[in-house]
Amino acid sequence: MAGKTPILHTDNLVVGYQAGKKNAKGVAGTLNLNLYAGELVCLLGPNGSGKSTLLRTIAGLQPSLQGTVKLDGEELTQLKPTQIAKKISLVLTDNVRSGNLDVYALISLGRYPHSGWLGTLSEEDKQAIDYAIKVTGTSEFLNRKMDSLSDGECQKVMLARAIAQDTPLIMLDEPTAHLDLPSRIQLMRLLHQLAKETGKAILISTHELDLALQSADFIWLMSSGSHFAAGLPEELILNGAFQQAFDKDGIEFDIATGTFPLHQSLAKAITVEGTGAAAFWTKKALNRKGYRILADQEQSIIISTETGETLWIVMQNNESGICHSITELLLLLQDSSNKNLE
Amino acid sequence: MNKLKVSLLLFLLLAAFLLDVALGSVHIPVKEVVRVLFTPHSDNATWTYIIEKIRLPKALTAIIVGCGLSVSGLQMQTLFRNPLADPSVLGITAGASLGVALVMLSAGSITTIYTIQALGISGSWLIILAASLGAALVMVLIVSLSSSLKDNVVVLIVGVMIGNITLSVISIWQYFSAPELIKDYLIWTFGSLGGVTGNQLLILAVVVLAGLLLSFLSSKLLDALLLGDNYARSMGLTVKRARLLIIGSTSILAGGITAFCGPIGFIGIAVPHLARAIFQTSSHRILIPACCLIGTLLMLCCDIIAQLPGSQTVLPINVITALIGSPVVIWIIAGPNKLRGF
Repeated sequence: MAGKTPILHTDNLVVGYQAGKKNAKGVAGTLNLNLYAGELVCLLGPNGSGKSTLLRTIAGLQPSLQGTVKLDGEELTQLKPTQIAKKISLVLTDNVRSGNLDVYALISLGRYPHSGWLGTLSEEDKQAIDYAIKVTGTSEFLNRKMDSLSDGECQKVMLARAIAQDTPLIMLDEPTAHLDLPSRIQLMRLLHQLAKETGKAILISTHELDLALQSADFIWLMSSGSHFAAGLPEELILNGAFQQAFDKDGIEFDIATGTFPLHQSLAKAITVEGTGAAAFWTKKALNRKGYRILADQEQSIIISTETGETLWIVMQNNESGICHSITELLLLLQDSSNKNLE
Repeated sequence: MNKLKVSLLLFLLLAAFLLDVALGSVHIPVKEVVRVLFTPHSDNATWTYIIEKIRLPKALTAIIVGCGLSVSGLQMQTLFRNPLADPSVLGITAGASLGVALVMLSAGSITTIYTIQALGISGSWLIILAASLGAALVMVLIVSLSSSLKDNVVVLIVGVMIGNITLSVISIWQYFSAPELIKDYLIWTFGSLGGVTGNQLLILAVVVLAGLLLSFLSSKLLDALLLGDNYARSMGLTVKRARLLIIGSTSILAGGITAFCGPIGFIGIAVPHLARAIFQTSSHRILIPACCLIGTLLMLCCDIIAQLPGSQTVLPINVITALIGSPVVIWIIAGPNKLRGF
C-alpha cells in the first residue's frame, strides 16, 4: 500500500462534542486511520462509542476536537462544502420519506454538487443516475413515491443517491438497521461488490457483527472506554479486541464460533454423535435448554439417518430411547432429568 | 401531461380574471370587459372608469398576492419540512400588524379616519410604511438570530414565538385603546385587495417580482433541503446561507403583500399542497411556477366570491380565503390522498 494516497487519512484525530466553552469531550482516543480505494471497512462498537460522531466528523458535518482529516491528500478544513460533496457521499439514518418525492427525483438529487445552478441535469448527470439505478437494482420502483417504499427498498434508493453523487468515498451510518435478514445480506453483498468493482472506498457503521465479519476488508472497532482497534476481522477476534470492545457483565465473545452466545449457564453436559445439519441444530436446541456439548458423557445422543428418516437415539445408563423429532428428544431428556431428581 | 394541466389552469385563470373584472355591485357584460381591456375606447364611460380605476387594479393585486403568498408558503414548508408552515410562521405578518397597530392605535383617530376616508384603509401610504417597517424589523431580528442557530426546527420555533410576542404587544395596545380605534385596526386585519392603485400597485408588483425571482433562483437549494439539513450539507449546501436567502425572499414577499393588503391567511398553506397534488412533483423548478398559477386562480376566485355577485355587499377577502382555504387544509390532512407532507 505504500506510495498510494489513502482516500481517507486521519492524523491524531479526536472526535467528540464541545460541552460548554472549554470543556471538550472526546469519545474515542486519538485516531490515525487510513482508508484506501476498493476497501470496505466496517465500523463496529457498542452504542455510544462514537461511531456516528466519527462519521459526522469525517464528513465535515461537525468539527473535530483535535487533529486533521485528509481526503485524497487534501485537508478537510481547507475544502469548500461543494468540494467535500464531490469526495464523500452519505447514507444517513435521517428520515426522508417525503410523500411527494419520487424515487428518480431523489436519486437525481445526488447530482446536486455537479448539476447547474438551477439543478438542471446534463447528459453526464443522467448517465451517472442511470448507472446508480442499474448497480442498485432500483429500476423497478423509479416512479414510486418515497413514502410507499419498504425499508429495504428505501435503503437501496438512498445508496443509489450516494452512488449518483459519484464520490471516491461512500459512508453509511447503520444502513442495515430496520432491514430483514435477506435485505441486510443483499445490501452488504451489494456494498462489497461495489467496493471491489468500482474501486470506491466504503465505510459502514453497523451493529451486524456477523455480516461485518464476512464482508469487511478491515474492521475499525470502537469501544466505550475510548479504546480503538483496527485490523483484519479475524485478527481482531484472535487478539481479544472484540471481547474487550463489547465487555459487559455476562456477555462473552466465543472465539470458536465468532458469536456472542445468548445462553449463559450450561450446567448439564451431554454428548452428541452425528454430523450434518441435524446435528448442528440439535446442538443449538440443547444449548438453549442449558446443555453443554462435550465428548464421552454419561448421557449421549446418536443421530442416525440410516433408515432414511432422521432418528435421535438417547443412551443413558444402558437404556436407550428413540425419538423422531427434536421436540420429542427434549421432552424425553426433561423426563429423565426429572426422574433423576426424584 | 403537465402541458395539459398548465393549459387548463391558464384557461381557468383567464376565465376567472375576466369574471373578476366583470362581476361586482355594478354588472358589466364580459364582452364589454374584453373590449375595455383590449381596445382603448368603450361606449360606456362609467364602465371604463370602473374597470380601469377599480376592478383591473384589484384583479392585478389578486394575481400578485396569489403568487407571492403561495410561493412564500411553499418555501416555508420546504425549509422547515413542516406541512403546516406558511408565511406567517416567521412572525413577519405579525410584525407588519404591529406597525399598523402602532399607527392606527396611537396616532389618534383624526389622522386615521382621515387617511381611511381619503384613500381607503390599505391605500394609505402611512399604513403601508408602518407595516413595511414592522415587517422589516421582525425580519432583521429573525435573520440575525437565525445566523447563530444551527437547527431549522429551532428557527421555526423562534419565529413562531417572535410572532406571538408581537401579537401580544398588539393585544396590550388594543386593550388600552378606544373602541373606535380598535375597529379601524380590525378592519385592516380583514385584508383588502382594493385600494392598491397606480404607483402603489407598481411598487407592490416590483417588490413581489423581486421576491419571486429570488425564490426561483433558490429552487435548487430548496430541492436539496427536502432531504433535511444533514443530507443537504453532505451535498455541498451551506445551510445557513441557503436559509438566509429563503427567509430573505419570504420576508420580501410576505412583508410587502401584508403591508399593502393586510394579513391574508390560508393561501400560503393551501396552495403549495394543491400544487404538489396537481403536479405530483417535489421539484421546486416546477412547484414555484405551479404555485403562482394556482395561487392566482384561487385568489381571483376568492375575490369573485367576496364580491357576492348580484349584491351590493363586499365581504372582507380574509374571510373568504379562510372559508375556502380551511376545507383545502382539511382535505389535505384527512382526505383520500392523506397528508403527503411537503
